[in-house]
Amino acid sequence: MNWISTILVATATFLAVFWEAAFQVFRRLLGVQIDLLPALTIYAALCGSLSTVCLVAGLGGLLFDSLSANPLGISVLPLFVAGLATHVWRDLILKQQVFAQTVLGLAASAAVPLMQLLLLLTAGRAPQLGWGTLWQLIVMSLGGAVATPVLFFIFEWLQQMLSHAPVVETSFRPDREIRRGR
Amino acid sequence: MLKRAHYIALGLSVFLTLVILNLPGRITARMKLGLGSLYVPLFGLANTVQQQGTRLANTVLPRSELIRQREVLERQNQELRLQAMQTEGMVRENERLRRLLGWQPNKPWKLKPAHVVLFEPSNWWRTVQVDVGSRDGIKVNSAVLTTDGLVGRISSVSLTRSQVVLVGDPNCKVAARVDNASRDTGVISGSGPLESGTVELGYLSRTADLKPGQSVWTSGLGGIFPKDILVGKILDARSEDYGMSAVARVKLAADLGALEEVWIIMEP
Repeated sequence: MNWISTILVATATFLAVFWEAAFQVFRRLLGVQIDLLPALTIYAALCGSLSTVCLVAGLGGLLFDSLSANPLGISVLPLFVAGLATHVWRDLILKQQVFAQTVLGLAASAAVPLMQLLLLLTAGRAPQLGWGTLWQLIVMSLGGAVATPVLFFIFEWLQQMLSHAPVVETSFRPDREIRRGR
Repeated sequence: MLKRAHYIALGLSVFLTLVILNLPGRITARMKLGLGSLYVPLFGLANTVQQQGTRLANTVLPRSELIRQREVLERQNQELRLQAMQTEGMVRENERLRRLLGWQPNKPWKLKPAHVVLFEPSNWWRTVQVDVGSRDGIKVNSAVLTTDGLVGRISSVSLTRSQVVLVGDPNCKVAARVDNASRDTGVISGSGPLESGTVELGYLSRTADLKPGQSVWTSGLGGIFPKDILVGKILDARSEDYGMSAVARVKLAADLGALEEVWIIMEP
């Protein structure tokens, strides 16, 4: 992953948090806001280095908490744990497969809010919980599952747009050229 | 498998989280406001996008619809002016009677308008952020309302922004009174994660005479919310704690899911 990708991921993290706080389309339709940060963490874990995972978890978690009523810093650890778990096993994951991206997005989007809730309860906060929380977790997981391959596609496209095209060897071989003799 | 770098990163992450969580509330509040202010340039962008959408919708609105709306508003305006005239007489009478009884006169609310700029990104709290802050004279715990009813209270204030914790959030309890013969009082709290339009009125007397459609107003007890702000209407009621108390479900008068403009009471 080059520095353009790192900048792209950091910008996407910044904008994802703003999108979640400014646009309420999913909350109005389904009663739940979809979290894009787990999906971004999965992308950073599969395509980036450990420092990129730290960047997404640290920046995303702190920005998310700054616009939320969450205690500051509570979202950093769940995002980092999800990112690290994926990063450690990334050599065994077929990261180009949409199915793998979807499953990882689903798992991360389910695990991150659960860990956040666990930390909130451990910190003595009383978030709004009930049977509706189950619906929220299901929608968040499915939303994350759909968002992950979409993010992979967008980042790939952006990288192609912003990077130099790879040099491709031509199939022309001078030694196989048919030379017209006299 | 985990390498040394992974252990170091995990350790640092845990350490950082623990340090930030254990910082004094004043410092974390400042850090939150500082980080949140990174989004200030984007507030304008979001507003512009919304305004463009509204402008686009306005361009396709037929002239006949506009004329109809103007007629409705003119009629409404005349009705409100007549009501205001009547209310003015009642206010004068009320003040005169209060003077005769030696009671303190009622102070009119000093209101500050504000636009909602951001909503809560997480799903387990109910807050919004408004575009006024300490430089506009906003203080923590000021009541926030719309023309329909109570919205919440200010929970934190920065220079240019404030966070409003909405009615129904676990951190916003409201002392309320039912508009019935016995004037039963209780406390408003949240009813569930998905029910943003309804709240629960608890700690009611078991003999409370609760009927669907009765209005619920702030009681003024508790010292945060001024008296007589409309909260909503009772949907239904049930007994709790083996019949020792009653709980009513209340439909909020203000639509908290579609907040755009709110009013903040500067002085109760």
